[in-house]
Amino acid sequence: MFELLGIPPQALFGQIMLGLINGAFYAMLSLGLAVIFGLLNIINFAHGALYMVGAFTAWFLLQYLGIGYWGALLLAPILVGAFGVVIERTMLRHLYKLDHLYGLLLTFGLALVIQGLFQNKFGSSGQPYAIPSVLQGGQNLGFMFFPNYRAWVVVASLGMCLATWYVIERTKLGSYLRAATENPTLVQAFGINVPRMIMLTYGFGVGLAAFAGVLAAPIYQVSPLMGADLIIVVFAVVVIGGMGSILGSIITGFTLGIVEGLTKVFYPEASNIVIFVIMAIVLLLKPAGLFGRTA
Amino acid sequence: MTDAAARLTPEVEADALLAVRGLHAWYGESHVLHGVDFEIGSGEVVTLLGRNGAGKTTTLKSIMGIIDARKGSIRFDGTELIGLPSNRIARLGLGFVPEERGIFASLSVEENLLLPPEVRPGGLSLETIYELFPNLRERLYSQGTKLSGGEQQMLAIARILRTGARLLLLDEPTEGLAPVIVQQIGRTIRRLKEQGFTILLVEQNFHFAATIADRHYIMEHGRVVDMMADADLSARQAELQAYLGV
Repeated sequence: MFELLGIPPQALFGQIMLGLINGAFYAMLSLGLAVIFGLLNIINFAHGALYMVGAFTAWFLLQYLGIGYWGALLLAPILVGAFGVVIERTMLRHLYKLDHLYGLLLTFGLALVIQGLFQNKFGSSGQPYAIPSVLQGGQNLGFMFFPNYRAWVVVASLGMCLATWYVIERTKLGSYLRAATENPTLVQAFGINVPRMIMLTYGFGVGLAAFAGVLAAPIYQVSPLMGADLIIVVFAVVVIGGMGSILGSIITGFTLGIVEGLTKVFYPEASNIVIFVIMAIVLLLKPAGLFGRTA
Repeated sequence: MTDAAARLTPEVEADALLAVRGLHAWYGESHVLHGVDFEIGSGEVVTLLGRNGAGKTTTLKSIMGIIDARKGSIRFDGTELIGLPSNRIARLGLGFVPEERGIFASLSVEENLLLPPEVRPGGLSLETIYELFPNLRERLYSQGTKLSGGEQQMLAIARILRTGARLLLLDEPTEGLAPVIVQQIGRTIRRLKEQGFTILLVEQNFHFAATIADRHYIMEHGRVVDMMADADLSARQAELQAYLGV
């Protein structure tokens, strides 16, 4: 078997694959955060908790209603998105005219409450969730073994990210969103119901987190703290990509996942901090982020 | 009706498209409009003249519902606008061009032009709009804010002509523009009047206003204090200059 830079290819490509999977989750979550921040000016700290709720919703649907993975992939984002709409209507709506800090504190508090409720019921241990039967097994690529389910996660999240990007950048609805991000008052004065658009955008962003949660359920265990672990890294990704940049969050998400994977191969000791080191460097050199617009 | 309204109300009363009565408005704690009365007949071009801070822009924003803290009455074609959110007001057939023009940087010229949804049938076709503003057609795919100031002003006006709005509220469309562009905007407004649009124009430049408007309302300290028909303007030049402090 050949080697690259003294690294066996199984290890190298294995880590790249893991990085790609992590990157898929970073991209989906930071995309939702970017969309929400753009229009609502809210730094949605509850995002990780809602990702977890998405995974648990899939688990509940299976346990209590017998609805399997594919049904959950459709239903969980809708249910969690509807929950997001309730949060927006009852709580976030009152914060738009205040400093970012209030939205951050409220959603951080919400995240703690939601995680606390789930921990109280389920403890900290995870619930298993099986890979759907059609995606079991994998492909032997010669230099590595690629599990089908992980390939599906990469494809599904890439598809979801690109579809979101397309809607925002290339459609009429997207032009409303971009315009309302710049000047919501004027967009409303043209006859567009901006408050409803804001509400649905939060619902969509949160639904995207739930979609990621369902994709994650068969890979990681469904546990109350699965989102808390992830969200800190995702915020670093958002800062690196540039707060509010759609394409930036997608590219940065996938790239940083792979960078993290490669770090595990070449210098494993740094793998847990590499993203934060990159964040610090980006903040020093380009405070608005790699794809961010300076205000 | 207040005394001021009675004094200022011309013969258009019966078929007024827009009738503002005793309008008060607030920016936070500060009380900016103190009982504004005026009206516009269908098909008229009317200006609000006055010094900086007289409340002209606030009046437009109150009509449009952008300023929510308002009292009194604003009737548009028989519908009371006080209490309605701005999106509902726009849907009744009002088009707004803000002072700062409000061209969106993240949208192309074409996207800016197509952004406001159609609120009623009967708006101008894109062909007619390109004929009015030929520069826009040539720059459709540029970023909206890459246009010159004059082109941005034209885009800001052009985009509300498509929507079927019948009453156009224009806030200082000539501000900061070169004389040749100001003339072009004047010609455009006259053409829009011929097409049947009703226009409420806020202006500081009364030389410009005098060339296009039927009547002028003078605002001072958050009230309408006088009304001049365009025909009387030269006879009342001294009064007008006293009002405007020029």
